[in-house]
Parts: sequence; structure tokens; C-alpha cells
Amino acid sequence: MNSVLTQIQPAASRLHQEEDEFANSDPAAWGSMGGFGNLARNGAIQGMSIPRVQDPTAFLDMHTDNMSSNPEAKIKIAHGTTTLAFKFKGGVIVAVDSRATAGSYVASGTVKKVIEINKFLLGTMAGGAADCQYWETYLGMQCRLYELRNKERISVAAASKILSNIVYQYKGMGLSMGTMVCGWDKTGPCIFYVDDDGQRLKGDLFSVGSGSTFAYGVLDQGYRWDLTDEEAQELGRRSIVAAGHRDAYSGNTVNLYHVRENGWEFINNYDVNELWYEYEIKKKADREAAAPAASPMAVEA
Amino acid sequence: MELNGGSVVAMIGKGCVAIASDLRLGNQSVGVASNFEKVFPVNDKLYYGIPGLASDVYTLREHLRFRVNMYRMKEEREITPKTFTHLVSSTLYEKRFGPFFVEPVVAGIPSPTPLDPNPQPFISTMDTIGCITTPKDFAVAGTAADKLYGVAEGLWEPDLEPEDLFETVSQTLLNAVDRDALSGWGAVVHIITPEKVITRTLRARMD
Repeated sequence: MNSVLTQIQPAASRLHQEEDEFANSDPAAWGSMGGFGNLARNGAIQGMSIPRVQDPTAFLDMHTDNMSSNPEAKIKIAHGTTTLAFKFKGGVIVAVDSRATAGSYVASGTVKKVIEINKFLLGTMAGGAADCQYWETYLGMQCRLYELRNKERISVAAASKILSNIVYQYKGMGLSMGTMVCGWDKTGPCIFYVDDDGQRLKGDLFSVGSGSTFAYGVLDQGYRWDLTDEEAQELGRRSIVAAGHRDAYSGNTVNLYHVRENGWEFINNYDVNELWYEYEIKKKADREAAAPAASPMAVEA
Repeated sequence: MELNGGSVVAMIGKGCVAIASDLRLGNQSVGVASNFEKVFPVNDKLYYGIPGLASDVYTLREHLRFRVNMYRMKEEREITPKTFTHLVSSTLYEKRFGPFFVEPVVAGIPSPTPLDPNPQPFISTMDTIGCITTPKDFAVAGTAADKLYGVAEGLWEPDLEPEDLFETVSQTLLNAVDRDALSGWGAVVHIITPEKVITRTLRARMD
């Protein structure tokens, strides 16, 4: 065999191999059944790459500041948020702030922390912005597939379980999310809290994020089941303003949503600072209204 | 610095200087007070600001008050901005191996003397152990220092009159502090001219 032929040989065999690959693959993979991006035909995530090391969990723990063991790690993930949601007579109120920080730097003041999963479902964002955005958008896709398969809207319980099952799969690998899946289904208004360590809780009232303690303070003080729509919206707004004021890592603006039987409605976007000054003026007026009764005592003393 | 937060900025104008600070005192992420001033007078032509650890702000302020009073009694004259800068600097270096966690900024107008009948406005700043810098334009310090540099670099221009300097320093502080989670919660500005000092509190973002 001459040398020219040996040079040709490997190239020729490689060509055959490629043809074989095409021959063995499902022709449907080239059409609408081919999946999209890294999504397989069944909608499952494929090729979500994981560090090629002995222990990926330990590796990520060492290099991200996500899990408290190494707060000085170089890869910093955006933290700091206030989000809340509560059920009441008139449905569900969802209110969030809009500040994103990286360390002490205010990276943005116009973040959308409510993710509109579909017409009836909302997800809130706390922790890693990308983690929440990606997985809640993915959840929206799964919810749509459920509708198509079952000719019926998915329940909030089932939707939140899809999400909690996903994050549980990735447990310990640095996902960072504290989210509330809120919506209205056959059972009525519904809120589920789902977080990165796989916890999933049903409840009437939740607040998540670095400013949650401040929000709970206002929320618990003003919460009743039979709040009117206006009262409930005001309570959500006031709670976020309180948190935005006290917590360095929350603030800028409030995004307010109201979920009713026919789906969610975006109420408005409010500037935390403007609302805060409004509340201060109101507080001052109330104090002055109460003052005349007390003043004669002061004069006597 | 990151425990309590807070920032100071000083700028030179035409025959005047400005020094301003935010009013926040925090415990890490939690805002505790919105009336914590970080700028103090030495006399009516010399002010200084000390952002940093709140306990050291108090300690250093009282220590410097003592030293300036002793200087005043011994010398029977007011301390100049330059001398005061060196006083602060050596006070900081005395604690070289266990420093005060503060970054002082000094701003003042020296009084005319026979040797220097036409003195120029003066600003200076130091690191935690007293290394002096004397900029010709502006000085920044605190948790929003990097942001202040950015805004000041864009807004400052030479020979600003007192009212224009006030606008420049106020806008610089307000906008820088809005990009810093640990500074803000109110602001106070002092404009020092040979005749008088104008002090104004600004309506700042409270989130």
C-alpha cells in the first residue's frame, strides 16, 4: 500500500462514521420534536455542566460565597432583597423591592423580582438572580406542557413541587434561591415557599430576603384575613418601604401585584423614597393631631 | 469601615472649600441612625471629616479637640489646615500597629499672614495610618469612596464660586451615595468661605 492511500484512509473512515451518526439519529430530532437549546425532547435539561472534579459540591463550596463556609470566595453572587406575599379574602398580594447589590455596590435599582410564570402564576426572586430567573422561566415551560398534556391548568402545589424537585436535584451545588410561588387554582388563592435546600412550605404569609425581618414587622402588625383590596395592597407596599428603609440591601422601588380568580394583575411600581417621605409627613400630621390633648400637662409641668 | 458605613467628600472652589458627609450609622446591613454627622469644625475656617468605625470617630474627634485646644493655648493662634493635617497624620501613625479604622479628610482656608498674604484653599486626606495626600481638586473617603471618585471626576471643574461648588459637591455626594448600600440616609454640606460657613442638610434618599 502506498503512502498516499494511507493518508486518505483515515479521512474516508471518519466520513463514514459521521454518516452513521446521522443514520442512527431520530429524524424527528431535526423538526419541532428536536427540543430547544439544552432541552431534550421530553423537556428535561441535558448538558447542564457540572465541575469535572472528585466532589463537585465541595469544589463549589470552596469557590463561591454562597454557602457560609467561605464568605471570602472570589465568585460573589448577588444577594440582598425583600420580597413578600400573603393570602387574604381578596386573593394574593405579592410585593417586592427592586435593588440588586454586589457587595456594598448597588448594581441596579430597577430589577424585576416578580417572575410572571403564566397568567395565573407568579414567582418571586430572592438570592441568586440568575438561578431564580432561569428556573422559574423553566417552570413556566413545564407548566405549559402540563396544560397541553392534561387539558387543565396546573395547581400551584404541583407547580411549586416541580421547582422544589429541580432544586433538590442540585442540592449542595450552590444554587441560591428563596422563592414564593403564588397563584390561583381550583382550590383558590395559594402560596408556596420554595428554597434552595429543597424546603417547600404552604402558608398564608411569607417574606423572604435580607429585609424580610423588617417586612414581617409591619406585615404581622397589620395583617387580617378580611382586609379589603386597597388595605391589603397598602399593607404590602408599606412593608416593602419599611424594609427598604432599614435594610441597606433593599430599596429603590416597589413592584406590587394582586392575584385574583381570573389571574394576576400588576398594580404599579412605586419609588420607595417618595413613599417614605409621604409616610413621614402622615406620621407627623398624626402626631400633631394627637398633641393638643397632651400639651396642657406639659404647660403645667 | 464596612461595619458602620459612611462617606465624606471635600472639594476646592474659587477662594472657598466644601466638605460634606452622609448621615448614616449602620450595623452592617441594618440602618441604626440617620443623624450621625462625620464632619466637625476645628475653627470657623477649618473643618474635617472622619468616616470609618463609629467608635474611632468619637475617640479621634475628642483626642483632636484636646490637641487643638492645647495648640491654641500654647501658640495663642489658630491652627492652619496644613498643620492640622500633620497633627492628624502623626496621631494616626502613633497607632501604626493597631490603627484607628478611619480615613480623615481635612478642608479649610488658611488665614492671611505677613509671610503668606494670599493663602489658597486647602484640602487633604489620609489613609488609616496617616499617609497624607493633598489633592488640588477633590478628596473622597469612606465606603462610597470609589463611587465618589467616579462622580467627582465627572462633575468637578476649577474655580467654582461658593454656590456652584455647593451644587457640585451636593450632587456628587447624593449620586455616589445612592450607589452605595452602606452610605446615605441623609447628607450635610459645609461651604467654607473666608467670611462665613454655610451649612445645609440635604433631602436625600432614605432607602
